[in-house]
Amino acid sequence: MKYLGLIWKNVWRKKIRTSLTILSVLVAFLLFALLSAIAYAFKAGEDVADAERLIVIDKVSLINMLPIAYQNRIASTPGVQSVTHATWFGGYYQDQRNQFPQFPIDPYAYFSMYPELQISEQQLAAFAKNRTGAVIGREIAEQFNLKVGDRIPIQATIWTKEDGGRTWEFDIEGIISSNDPRGSSAYLLFQHDYFEEARRFAKGTVGWYILRVEKGANPAEVANAVDKQFQNSANETKTSTEAAFSQSFAKQFGNIGLIVQLIMGAVFFTLLLVAGNTMAQSVRERISELAVLKTLGFEDRSVLGIVLSESILIMLIGGLLGIGLGKLIIGIVAPSMGAFLPGLYLRPESIMLAIGIMFVAGIAAGIFPAFKAMRLSIVDALAHA
Amino acid sequence: MNDTLAELTSVSRSYQKGKERVEVLHELDLGIPAGDFLAIMGPSGSGKTTLLNLLGGLDKPSAGTVRVGDAVLSDMSNSQLSRWRATHVGFIFQFYNLLPILNAQKNVELPLLLTSFNRAERAKRAAIALDIVGLKERAKHYPRELSGGQEQRVAIARAIVSDPTLLLCDEPTGDLDRSTADEILRLLQILNSEHGKTIVMVTHDAQAADYAKRTLHCDKGKLERREQA
Repeated sequence: MKYLGLIWKNVWRKKIRTSLTILSVLVAFLLFALLSAIAYAFKAGEDVADAERLIVIDKVSLINMLPIAYQNRIASTPGVQSVTHATWFGGYYQDQRNQFPQFPIDPYAYFSMYPELQISEQQLAAFAKNRTGAVIGREIAEQFNLKVGDRIPIQATIWTKEDGGRTWEFDIEGIISSNDPRGSSAYLLFQHDYFEEARRFAKGTVGWYILRVEKGANPAEVANAVDKQFQNSANETKTSTEAAFSQSFAKQFGNIGLIVQLIMGAVFFTLLLVAGNTMAQSVRERISELAVLKTLGFEDRSVLGIVLSESILIMLIGGLLGIGLGKLIIGIVAPSMGAFLPGLYLRPESIMLAIGIMFVAGIAAGIFPAFKAMRLSIVDALAHA
Repeated sequence: MNDTLAELTSVSRSYQKGKERVEVLHELDLGIPAGDFLAIMGPSGSGKTTLLNLLGGLDKPSAGTVRVGDAVLSDMSNSQLSRWRATHVGFIFQFYNLLPILNAQKNVELPLLLTSFNRAERAKRAAIALDIVGLKERAKHYPRELSGGQEQRVAIARAIVSDPTLLLCDEPTGDLDRSTADEILRLLQILNSEHGKTIVMVTHDAQAADYAKRTLHCDKGKLERREQA
């Protein structure tokens, strides 16, 4: 700590150069903050997945429907505690840009399957009682300024009604939220019975089944048992854990994690070159000063520590500013993106990782100039001063 | 004269220059009593700065022994030499070698960063050192805001702030005009006579050497004694 003043003064020796280097560090960590928030948002489904919940889909494709008659057969499979279902509706609200998921479901069975979804008993009862009722996530309610009692028209892109119409109207009976901060409730749930009755085609089918395995049952064995039942049928099934299902769903958009890693790898490599060059220049232009420090009695390791600390300090200033700015931007943008990309926020583990990267990058950028300073011969350096 | 403070016994120093081995000092013997003010003169390349570097623990002899006080410098590791320098010796250079990013007071405080003194104590001691060299009022000025003579006074304050017994001056007036050089040399005389500092000064300037108690001439790695008139 005694050297902090000296280190600080050295960092700001060339104000413009240091400012530009800090700016490049800031941009790199701003990107890190934004991209890691996006990457986590895409894999949020995996993070909140319940290990005891399995998803049953058509073996060929998720877009193929499964017969509703499968529900009882799945329910009777050994190891299955309960079953419910959901279907992708794929509509939008008022404008095509206002996309968020909608699912026709069985109210009581669905909320029983997802205990992390918070809804008052009163609102759930009202929802179950009203055939055209719906509940919406808190994110959607906030984004579109909707409240209980409002009527919400959803334009269908897949499911036309019996009369050929594409507008499905629902009465908002409740607002739901997730009690897991990583989870999302940015969707609309409405009654499967109404959907079944009003849709023009594919009656008697659902999109997928969700089942909960009994306590102590092996999820992999249960999944196999379910799939075995429907082997050689018209609709063979593929049962997987909720995490695996979320992962494969997210991969429809591409391998976001890999894309983010590649971008960040390129950004940080460039950053190391920039910061390393700054530190090398900084050491080169004050060889005689470093020699004077050693003459005064500063040991080799102290000189090494001073130069390395300068490098780390530059990374920390730029990095923390970048992460701070990223958190601010995410905080501003997230509410308006809640329906499209729920769970968009900068996680504490991302911030910790970023701080770790700042230290590692600081050391990597400063290590060679620091060694040069450490190995400096006082006699030679003073002779050439 | 008092007891011997520094002693060089059969000291040689040679360097490898390409394929050739250059011997700068050859089996040199020198005793420096405590309280001495010794001027070492000689042409460029005669080995006088090498001698100063050996006395200050900045360099090690190829052969022979260098002792200052109780410390045998020629046997010490680099780390031990660093720690020794921090408390036992002060350096004054021709071009002052102040850190341009620090003001006068912070430059003077630099050696005290290696001690256990707290911030207030460091500031107090730096102020005393600056007072001794007559620059108390310039404590907050940066090197670029000081004249050459003032910069050298700050460098002297930095050299004495840890209260070392030995001051090593390498051409301390080489970059100064005559009258400023005389001021600096008088200051060194005061440090020698009133503060008891033992001073070894390397110089080309015969007038500067006149301020010392005695002068030795260095040539081709050997010392020749010429007592002051």
